[in-house]
Amino acid sequence: MSDYDLIVLGSGPGGYVAAIRAAQLGLKVAIVERENLGGICLNWGCIPTKALLRSAEIYHYMQHAGDYGLTAANISADIDAVVKRSRGVAKQLNQGVTHLMKKNKITVHMGDGKLLAANRLSVSKDGKTEELTAKNIILATGARARDLPFAPADGKRIWTYRHAMVPSEMPKKLLVIGSGAIGIEFASFYNDMGAEVTVVEMLDRIVPVEDADVSAFLEKALTKQGMNIMTGAGVESLKATASGVSASIKGKDGKVIASEFSHCIVAIGIVPNTENIGLEALGVEMDRGFLKTDANCRTNVPGLWAIGDITAPPWLAHKASHEGVIAAETIAGGHPHAMDPKNIPGCTYCHPQVASVGLTEAKAKEAGYDVKVGNFPFLGNGKAIALGEAEGFIKTVFDAKTGELLGAHMVGAEVTELIQGYTIGKTAEMVEADFMHTVFPHPTLSEMMHESVLGAYGKMLHM
Amino acid sequence: MPIELKMPALSPTMEEGTLARWLVKEGDKVSSGDLLAEIETDKATMEFEAVDEGIVTQILVAEGTDGVKVGAVIAMIQGEDDAAPAPKTVAAPTPASVADVPAPVVSSPVNDVPAQPKKTDLAENDRVKASPLAKRIAVNKGLDLTSVAGTGPNGRIVKADVEALSGEGRRAVAPAELDRGLRAVTAAVTQTIDTDIPHEVVKLSNMRKTIARRLTESKQQVPHIYLTVDVRLDALLKLRSELNASLENRGIKLSVNDMLIKALALTLMQVPKCNVSFAGDNMLQYNRADISVAVSVPTGLITPIIVDAANKPLSKISTEVAELAARAKDGKLQPHEYQGGTASISNMGMMGIKQFDAVINPPQAMILAVGAGEKRPYIIDDALAIATVMSVTGSFDHRAIDGADGAMFMKVFKELVEKPLGLVA
Repeated sequence: MSDYDLIVLGSGPGGYVAAIRAAQLGLKVAIVERENLGGICLNWGCIPTKALLRSAEIYHYMQHAGDYGLTAANISADIDAVVKRSRGVAKQLNQGVTHLMKKNKITVHMGDGKLLAANRLSVSKDGKTEELTAKNIILATGARARDLPFAPADGKRIWTYRHAMVPSEMPKKLLVIGSGAIGIEFASFYNDMGAEVTVVEMLDRIVPVEDADVSAFLEKALTKQGMNIMTGAGVESLKATASGVSASIKGKDGKVIASEFSHCIVAIGIVPNTENIGLEALGVEMDRGFLKTDANCRTNVPGLWAIGDITAPPWLAHKASHEGVIAAETIAGGHPHAMDPKNIPGCTYCHPQVASVGLTEAKAKEAGYDVKVGNFPFLGNGKAIALGEAEGFIKTVFDAKTGELLGAHMVGAEVTELIQGYTIGKTAEMVEADFMHTVFPHPTLSEMMHESVLGAYGKMLHM
Repeated sequence: MPIELKMPALSPTMEEGTLARWLVKEGDKVSSGDLLAEIETDKATMEFEAVDEGIVTQILVAEGTDGVKVGAVIAMIQGEDDAAPAPKTVAAPTPASVADVPAPVVSSPVNDVPAQPKKTDLAENDRVKASPLAKRIAVNKGLDLTSVAGTGPNGRIVKADVEALSGEGRRAVAPAELDRGLRAVTAAVTQTIDTDIPHEVVKLSNMRKTIARRLTESKQQVPHIYLTVDVRLDALLKLRSELNASLENRGIKLSVNDMLIKALALTLMQVPKCNVSFAGDNMLQYNRADISVAVSVPTGLITPIIVDAANKPLSKISTEVAELAARAKDGKLQPHEYQGGTASISNMGMMGIKQFDAVINPPQAMILAVGAGEKRPYIIDDALAIATVMSVTGSFDHRAIDGADGAMFMKVFKELVEKPLGLVA
């Protein structure tokens, strides 16, 4: 007789959602967490960074109050107060998850979980260990920041995202290594807060997973804001000193320059948390360091499931949550619909924001599609101009043959709130005519979504 | 004045036929009513009569030619004098009239579908539950979605299903099955089987082709449910021998099957929810029970119809079945005698088959499969006894008929057979 129907190891946005869904379906559920309920996402990731970026945004608006006919004097930023607010937001949500666990009668075991068998794990805390058994175990242990092999983060001068979220002082001159979503968000935050920021990206463009047009536009916009962006560049050495970090950076031209910075953020990717949880002994199948799962999140070991950042990309909170629901419903005997990775949107909260879903234009062509592309600029949208946010564009990529929306790529104000519209359309398999027949409200930024589709078929109205 | 003699449409579904045998030769004088030729359709061999008078001047299609399209000129007749009334060419035996069944017969979904579906076929996709993208791809590829099983929310057909259908998708939506289905509906694909086993190739008769196509389509398009009951026959057998004793001097001998035909018809009238045809956007509710009786013939199987069997005495049913079956074996049934019907009965009891599941004959929505009546141990009044029992299985089109209605149907049928006086009332 097992203690539980289901134990979830890890309480991030994948794990706690899986636990809730399973409990709703009548299973007896426990969750094991070594640190904070809610995981990285709402304690050290998605949510607290959004709180920080909100402060930066308001600071930015105050500095540009004159653009709106307003006067704001003696504007200054108190980084401690900004961080304090961010921690407060995280704490509030952490308590929210605690409440959700209680409400759904999910037993919370705090401690380090380790698999002893496919249906048994130990939880250790403060030298004490207990054993739990379950018919099913979902692994949702997430991921952490990847270190530079030659300069591991020290939390003082060399930071990961985690240190960057709770700075003890405002960096004056910041080096950001890596221009993916995490790197570029922090670069944007500290740039808005007044730091002198340099971004080094190894590939030939920033936010390299996005459409090339978005990368180019964002690079121009950030450069205009004073950011120093080096693409096709690599950090050869990095050393913390008493007063900062010294780095030698090899530029696109092959020349190595030595620079001094006050701080450095390393954002070169993630490493899945697959060590010390007992995977090796069970013979769980891996693929390039990540757990191999089927469409319903099963590993090759019966009764053992895996979701979120320890499985295949994209490594995003909403993907983890969705997998949590799929795994829980499957365990409870349901037949949930599989998730299509091409319909998972991605958002980057720099300023201007970036949001996208599906294939980039280049990837679509690579896949052999004959494409129709629409591109509508913020400059042609009344609401954007009224907001004073007339920079950005919305690009859509259609399959010329079928009218399938292959991908949508946006850069500009509030696009992270817009992308869901295209995501719904893609999920419901709408074709161009359905988007064209949809009435978008005026005046909104969403009208650009309509125009972009019209544009792909040569029917654009406002440009 | 020469008259063109054209290949007649001998049934509503006939698009082509085999000119089996000429009964006249060039130079023969024919008059109205004379038999000109035998034409093999998808169901039967039919005689082709002349309506005009004249001399056969030319035979254009040799006998034994198959695949002759309806409307093709097969011979020329020279009218006897030019003052003769305007030529009407030659009329075929009246095609099965839709008036034979009170509700209009749904045009059978199993006409020969051309390799490239017609525009109207694709318009059907509009009424199918499918995503806009799935519909678009289907139109592009000329696929018919009406028989595709959707894997999306609430059975919605999504892109992956259509791609699986067209053999492109890699998602495992039983693509093999869908692919097979596609081949069956889009074209009569000639399959070559390589084998070293000594064999000879037997050309399919038109009837065999039709059987193959219709059964494939029925199983692919009609979701069957099967409901089986055991029916005690002792009372019916007793009634039968009594009736036969009194019918003997009229030369009539009722079979068990004759009585079951009547029972089936009466049950259809009592449970009208099972006397239906599923027709896409609507359903036909028949007000009469016409029973198609499966008759095995040397070339395959045909189902002559006992029209309005519920209102015919058993003696009449018996003589009709015997007469129709005899002509069916000679291939001489007229289309209206085997096309239509509101439900079917198939009896394999005489072969000792205990129980089987029959394939529905669309657009009908049910068929009754009758097993052998045999002595079995049977509990009567809580004691083990011997009774003559047969297993009967109804196959129902689940799109049109709910399980509960099918079950009610089987219950009523069982009661009628076990208390058989209702069959003669």
